[in-house]
Amino acid sequence: MIWKTLKIWFHKLGSAPSFYRFARVVSPWLWFGFAVTAAYGLYLALYVVPPDYQQGDSARILYIHVPAAWQAMFIYLVMTILAIIALIWRIRLTEILAMSCAPIGAALTLVCLVTGSLWGKPMWGTWWEWDARLTSMLVLLFIYIGIMGLYAAFDDRRKGARIASVLIIAGAVNIPIIHFSVEWWNTLHQGATIKLTGESSMDPSMLPPLIWMVISTKLFFGAALLDRARNELLDQDRSKKWVARQVLETSS
Amino acid sequence: MIESRTHAAAALFRRDMKLAFRRLGESLLPLFFLFTVIVLIPLGVGPGPNLLSRMAPGMVWVAALLASLLALEHLFRPDLEDGTLEQWFVGERAVYARVMARLLSHWLVTGLPVIVFSPLAAEMLNLPRHALGTLIVSLVIGTPALSLLGGLAASLTLSTRGASVLLSILIFPLIVPLVIFATGAVSMAADSLDPGAHLGLLAAFTILSLTLAPIGIAAALRMNLE
Repeated sequence: MIWKTLKIWFHKLGSAPSFYRFARVVSPWLWFGFAVTAAYGLYLALYVVPPDYQQGDSARILYIHVPAAWQAMFIYLVMTILAIIALIWRIRLTEILAMSCAPIGAALTLVCLVTGSLWGKPMWGTWWEWDARLTSMLVLLFIYIGIMGLYAAFDDRRKGARIASVLIIAGAVNIPIIHFSVEWWNTLHQGATIKLTGESSMDPSMLPPLIWMVISTKLFFGAALLDRARNELLDQDRSKKWVARQVLETSS
Repeated sequence: MIESRTHAAAALFRRDMKLAFRRLGESLLPLFFLFTVIVLIPLGVGPGPNLLSRMAPGMVWVAALLASLLALEHLFRPDLEDGTLEQWFVGERAVYARVMARLLSHWLVTGLPVIVFSPLAAEMLNLPRHALGTLIVSLVIGTPALSLLGGLAASLTLSTRGASVLLSILIFPLIVPLVIFATGAVSMAADSLDPGAHLGLLAAFTILSLTLAPIGIAAALRMNLE
């Protein structure tokens, strides 16, 4: 019974007006959650955790850098799954969601690159180093930009979304390369210090703010994705009846 | 069924090659372009032999890439414009075979001349003589992947506005591993080290693109026609 209700709800979500209403209700909560977790995580990161014994306060940038990097790759994964669904079942909503992922992913990749660069100047003595991790992250940024460019180059949005989905799947090859780049090559970038299996080589006191920041980036992604998809839906369906009804409903 | 597919692909291949030979001047333009790039580099960075031989592997490869890029814009576009591309999707539907035939002729026109003339380019850029063999091997292994991934980028951007700019933006992230492994191999050979590992990775990358890129190209072509 519950299963059936869930299934019906899920199928309904695929229609534009239902998704629009769902997203409008959910996204403020996600923004709220993002604000709270980010504030708490940053408070822990900036005030509670003691400074690094070698790097001093500049190590604190990792609480932005690492969650942004993880999220940038996570978004690509989500986007790839959405692209595959969009290509196989041709669900318009997944096309829109996949395309809405790209700008968020690009922004977080940029955050990761910029914060890494700011940290690298005092610590490594250089803004940029052509090592495998940094290069593959830069390639990720270019893939995101390519996806956005390709999608924008078509007048027919649905056609653009489907063709960009092919590019998304082709570019997914890069994700394992980024992940394993610090193991496959001898890089200036340090190896993974946090492991799901086995002992992490990081001090336990640094873990809570990092976890809070990771949760906050996830919530940020959810909120930004829903808002972007909502705007895209409104834009694509601007001549449809449900949009007019929706606008009247919200303005009154 | 299989026979008619190979027949369709062979016919396309013969036509493409005939066209390439009839317009020999046009077909050889990418090669001339390669040499203009290779002449400009010593003029730009200064003709110091040590500097040049350090840069030679990367420069030959970047020039090969640019030469391949030149012909990509016209890989499928004329067929789209005169309607033959739509015919690929009716009848025998030998899309995959035809895509392979088209890519093969692209490689023969842009990849093979680069390989043949690479000793000359290597000599102009002062590449150490003992690394020449590795350069040629890396080009033989790697240039097919250039055509394959270039074909993917070309098919994705087929019916877009501003296709040529978009094409070069799309192809860059796709071919980064290719350039890294290929120039890595040649640089190692130039330093008298064993380039085997890099060449192996390069071959793996080419095989991966050989198996997956034609499927992507066929899908992208169909979507562009919709």
